[in-house]
Amino acid sequence: MTIDVARIPDAPNRRLGDTPIVQHPYIPLTDDDRKAMLATVGVRATADLFADIPAEHFRPEIDLPDALTELELLDHTRTLAARNRTAADNACFLGAGAYRHFRPSLIDPLVMRGEFLTSYTPYQPEVAQGTLQTIFEFQSLVCELTGMDVANAGMYDGASALAEACLMACAVTGRKRIAISDRVHPNSIATVRAYAHGRDIPVEVQPHGEFSLSDEYACLAVQQPDFLGRMAVAASEWGDAAHHAGALFVVAADPVSLGLFRAPAQYGADIVVGEGQSLGVPLSFGGPYVGLFACREKYTRQMPGRIVGETTDTNGRRGYVLTLQTREQHIRRERATSNICTSQQLIALSTAMYLATLGPTGLRRVGELCFDKAHELAARIEHLPGFSVEDDEPWFHEFVVRTPKPPVEINAALLERGIIGGLDVSDIRNRMLLCVTEMNTADELDRMVEALAEVSR
Amino acid sequence: MNDNRLEPTLHELSRPGRVAVTMPAPSRRANIPPELLRDELRLPEISQLDVVRHYTRLSQLNYSIDTQMYPLGSCTMKLNPKVNDAITAMPGFADAHPMQTADQSQGSLAVMHGLQRILAEITGMDDASLAPLAGAQGELAGVLVIKAYLESIGEKRTTIVVPDSAHGTNPATAAMAGFNVVAVQPQPDGDMDLEHLREALEEHGPTVAALMITQPSTLGLFDRNIVQVAKVVHGHGALMYGDGANLNAITGQVKPGDLGFDVMHINLHKTFSQPHGGGGPGAGPIVVKEHLVPFLPSPHVVLDAGGSTLEAGSNRGSSNLHPPASSFALVDPPFSIGRLGAFHGNFAVLLRAYAYISSLGGEGLRAMSEAAVLNANYIRARLRDAYYLAHEERTCMHEALFSAKKQKAQAGVKALDIAKRLIDYGYHPPTMYFPLVVDEALLIEPTESESKETVDAFCDAMLAIAREVETDPELVRTAPHTAPLGRLDEATAARKPKLRW
Repeated sequence: MTIDVARIPDAPNRRLGDTPIVQHPYIPLTDDDRKAMLATVGVRATADLFADIPAEHFRPEIDLPDALTELELLDHTRTLAARNRTAADNACFLGAGAYRHFRPSLIDPLVMRGEFLTSYTPYQPEVAQGTLQTIFEFQSLVCELTGMDVANAGMYDGASALAEACLMACAVTGRKRIAISDRVHPNSIATVRAYAHGRDIPVEVQPHGEFSLSDEYACLAVQQPDFLGRMAVAASEWGDAAHHAGALFVVAADPVSLGLFRAPAQYGADIVVGEGQSLGVPLSFGGPYVGLFACREKYTRQMPGRIVGETTDTNGRRGYVLTLQTREQHIRRERATSNICTSQQLIALSTAMYLATLGPTGLRRVGELCFDKAHELAARIEHLPGFSVEDDEPWFHEFVVRTPKPPVEINAALLERGIIGGLDVSDIRNRMLLCVTEMNTADELDRMVEALAEVSR
Repeated sequence: MNDNRLEPTLHELSRPGRVAVTMPAPSRRANIPPELLRDELRLPEISQLDVVRHYTRLSQLNYSIDTQMYPLGSCTMKLNPKVNDAITAMPGFADAHPMQTADQSQGSLAVMHGLQRILAEITGMDDASLAPLAGAQGELAGVLVIKAYLESIGEKRTTIVVPDSAHGTNPATAAMAGFNVVAVQPQPDGDMDLEHLREALEEHGPTVAALMITQPSTLGLFDRNIVQVAKVVHGHGALMYGDGANLNAITGQVKPGDLGFDVMHINLHKTFSQPHGGGGPGAGPIVVKEHLVPFLPSPHVVLDAGGSTLEAGSNRGSSNLHPPASSFALVDPPFSIGRLGAFHGNFAVLLRAYAYISSLGGEGLRAMSEAAVLNANYIRARLRDAYYLAHEERTCMHEALFSAKKQKAQAGVKALDIAKRLIDYGYHPPTMYFPLVVDEALLIEPTESESKETVDAFCDAMLAIAREVETDPELVRTAPHTAPLGRLDEATAARKPKLRW
């Protein structure tokens, strides 16, 4: 509703008047408080404190709806939430970069503790050891998963982490050309392009597995599993090819897959990034997530982002601080390695809790469950008339199915049956990318197979 | 336990064979090609109770908004309403998959479209993009939009002008977008020096793409020359970039679009109350004038009127925030700078901001900025005799900028020492040594969330410290005395980095 200026008491001379006091739960100052404070400050009205604003632009109309009480707000947002069809009440076989995994119950109450949730960047280490130690532990866990030497505190998401990794490779090698596999998530490729365009660096998308590099390239970037879910057996050959050309080998890896599969360090990665969301972070329509970022030790000082290190206090007690800050924007300004100044800390914390809770056996088992259930569904779909699974390369928990009808039609029919289908990845053939995780029940797999059989009839 | 540790690490807590949770056994034997398998995975093995205690104990080592006043200048540490967390946890939002189609995602898209319109309305701009994942990424998006716009009209401009009082992200962003940076200094009264600006623009002539400026400035002042500044900048064919870090001071009081800004980013984690989470996640939407709309990042939420996208500018105005269902779509603007991340932005952060603004309404937002500015001026008035005030002749906006130079001259006590001593009094320190243009800076931002009693108690603590500087400066120089740890050796941490267990 439009704010009616006439309702403001001394509207004719608005400079002297203040907005009528609405005692709001978020604003504790009372009328009496204001009077006393204005007297101390030495002005008549709060509006006088805004005297530097040009009068003709002061207190414009703002066309916004009226304030909602908490009760009304919950009702309003519930209504909006009900307009979504989600994995909460449908079987979900959609992945393509965001994955539904089991989130142990202890994570939410711990991560939502006010001392974690409502603290700021730990610039005052004496009163931020909680956050600082959890970052140190997160960095260590990312190193263990990826096999790399060092990791930072976190990036915005997996796609922007990949973009920053490619820019870092340019800084390390002094070269200005990025090669990226065409089986990297298309949204990640688009993100690399947007970042690279800023520095006028060309991005070359090369056919997966047929990479061609020369001494002009700063890096070769690939994704494991790739966008179509496949695990490359030849990854170490690509790493060798990149190194032979003097380029860095950048790998974007799904961290859950690393519970099962070789660490990228084992096949020659120089920088490993990843979308941390799969470590039990809610889907939340795409964010907030956290980007993982790790590299070999010799590149530590060229890493973007925040880094925490161990040290001691004046009494020799162990503590943690933000460190190597001379890489960062608040010190180095236009010569910083990046302008980034957040680490998605709360999400990073939640992924560290996830890894601490699952442990090595739990994470491996999540991987096995995903692998088994996905391969079971694929085998059953393979038997359906008109469907075939692309199975010429090993894959983890996502696979491409060739379908007898356009995926858009199949997905519409599936949704009627309470199933969120796969991503349409049709080329000249009808193809659909399906994902199965440990969250998909045996009953959901049965329903999916039945539904696909019906749909194709 | 070794008593030089506040809390063991996960690694130190680990004992082979312990588990905090068990997962179901797979129904069949995973038949994975052995050459792809990893041989070892050294993750911690900890009991469930030890995991719970570890994180609970660590949390207790933090200062936070939920536990004490956190007057960190430029960071807007305000109340984070718990209802907003409850909303983001609703399964209808939390379980929405980003690759679902628009027709399955109308609730989420309604929130995003509503927020685009609200932000455009509050700032007096024509449209908004919610894609940027943080304030600094919003800056990058805004500057890339400027770059793309200038390229589209055939102009190759390579320089961005930044006041030297700016946040470090401004020059770092300009460099990431491929621009050179030219610094300009403010006048002694804190306002932009128009003469110096004109000189800089003339010296660098047609290469200047934009001026990046924070309004209110990082000095906590509203720049009285801003309308003139915009005219001068536009007169040289350059654009006005607004850093919206300090929007909390002026929300509802003035619309930056009316002052001549072409593009600006908004830190939702400041003005619109996203919890800071110890360093993210935030979000940095950008708002733009009509001529920049076609260059916005992907994706953009539009009202899908029979398949066609809306004309630029038609997102303005918010009276009818929620048109009928199945009418929102995600599109790529025609000359988009591209993508900034994998999906559509930090949706849960956007949702919290939407909820926060909905809780306040237009009048509430005005009351919010008024209370924030009143609290800051009250602190300014109470502390001005004890501490040197950077711009004594003016009133401040939402933050008061002091300097410890009096205490430094008197007893060799620095801003850092005063900040650390505040910890002993139970307050988080204010921002120190920023902005860089003021020596021994202490930048205090109370926000509208604090009551008069809390602000008074904080001022009493600051005054007590000023007295301690006179009577017992060593007490201040060696603070904190009551924190879990004393001052930490940052030099060794940087010289011999130990970055993992």
